[in-house]
Amino acid sequence: MSKLRSQNEYEKTSSFRFWQWLSGEKDPYIDHVEMKVQEEFHEPPILVKKREIDHIKLHNKIYDIDHNKEIKFFQGVYRVSAVVLCAVIIVALVICASYLPEAGNPNNPTVNEVAERYVEQGTAETGVINTVTGMILNYRGFDTFGETCVLFIASSCVMILLMVSEEKLKHLPKNLEPTNDKILQYVARIIVPVLMIFGFYVIVNGHLSPGGGFSGGAIIGSGLILYSSAFGAEEIRKFFNEKVYKSIKITALILYGCIMTYYFYTGANGIPNIFPLGTPGNILSAGMIFFINLFVGSEVACTVYSFYALFKRGGL
Amino acid sequence: MAVWEWIRFIGGAALIVLGLIIFFIEISGVFRFKYVLNRMHAAAMGDTLGLSACIAGLMLMNGWNFTTIKLLCVIAFLWLASPVSSHLIAKLEVTTSPDSDQYEKIQDLSTLAEERRENENE
Repeated sequence: MSKLRSQNEYEKTSSFRFWQWLSGEKDPYIDHVEMKVQEEFHEPPILVKKREIDHIKLHNKIYDIDHNKEIKFFQGVYRVSAVVLCAVIIVALVICASYLPEAGNPNNPTVNEVAERYVEQGTAETGVINTVTGMILNYRGFDTFGETCVLFIASSCVMILLMVSEEKLKHLPKNLEPTNDKILQYVARIIVPVLMIFGFYVIVNGHLSPGGGFSGGAIIGSGLILYSSAFGAEEIRKFFNEKVYKSIKITALILYGCIMTYYFYTGANGIPNIFPLGTPGNILSAGMIFFINLFVGSEVACTVYSFYALFKRGGL
Repeated sequence: MAVWEWIRFIGGAALIVLGLIIFFIEISGVFRFKYVLNRMHAAAMGDTLGLSACIAGLMLMNGWNFTTIKLLCVIAFLWLASPVSSHLIAKLEVTTSPDSDQYEKIQDLSTLAEERRENENE
């Protein structure tokens, strides 16, 4: 409501319409700009009634909660013990948090010689420019080996759960694959090679610049997904079938384990190892980190693509 | 050279502000529209024009070096990828919507050419 103009005059101005639109009283889009209003979902009354009847049936006939003393006792104990357990955990966590050291204090136990050594001597000891890669693949290589094993186990579990037989895979309905899209195929033909090369660049440059096996492997995996969704399963099976997948995955994991074992053995006994550190900054430097990046990258690429393929059609 | 620096800064800032305005329009469109295809046309605008305006502003501010070429590659990739994904979503909506016969049919160019040839023969 304006003070200078009357209400009728004010309703004709654009500012009034703007405030109307902003407060949601009137939507000028509908019937002018928008094609069709999407209706809200309403549950049909038959379904609501059916659900209520089911609930009453479950309560009275199947469990008979009003007369069954055992279930009643169990439910009471269950609720009380849940509350008690939550209270105990909350109290324990709060007491623990009160013992934590103050943030930013230089005498904290987290500010110790480990982080100092990573930053100051990381380049000299591991031969990397990107200290993060030196940390996760050399100082903490065993930890990353565990992560790679997790990837392997996860894709194996998905295979166990979702894999279908080979004959069934051959006779899948054709309409599962949108292989007739000209635009997607044309763009995939341009993008996929670039993606593969970029992923490989990120992997082999992991010790020089941000990146490494995990991110580069994800890029290569997404390139494989794009190729398979554009051209279909038959095309990608020509160069990436189950045999190739298995051999890449198992070889990468075994070689990673072997290199890590050898490195730990020589390091613990003070024997010089065969991986030369090279000049920091060169592409062929940093000893075993270069190879471990390759193994981690191939493992991640295979895992990403296998998840997509198994969830989509139940086989590679 | 100070004048040149100032011109570069103002140009880059103007491009970034333009990109932000386009993003605002995109977001208001996405939340105001209620139908998939309308929402999609608002969202695709921000992906292509808004992001590329922002990145062009960053390129102008950054000057000419290797990072600029990388940013150019980002723009090229987005312009390739975003319209194609929008196209796929639109195709899915048109083929699966229960009342899709109300819209104009999207046809393959080949079938369109065949129909035209048949009409000419008649």
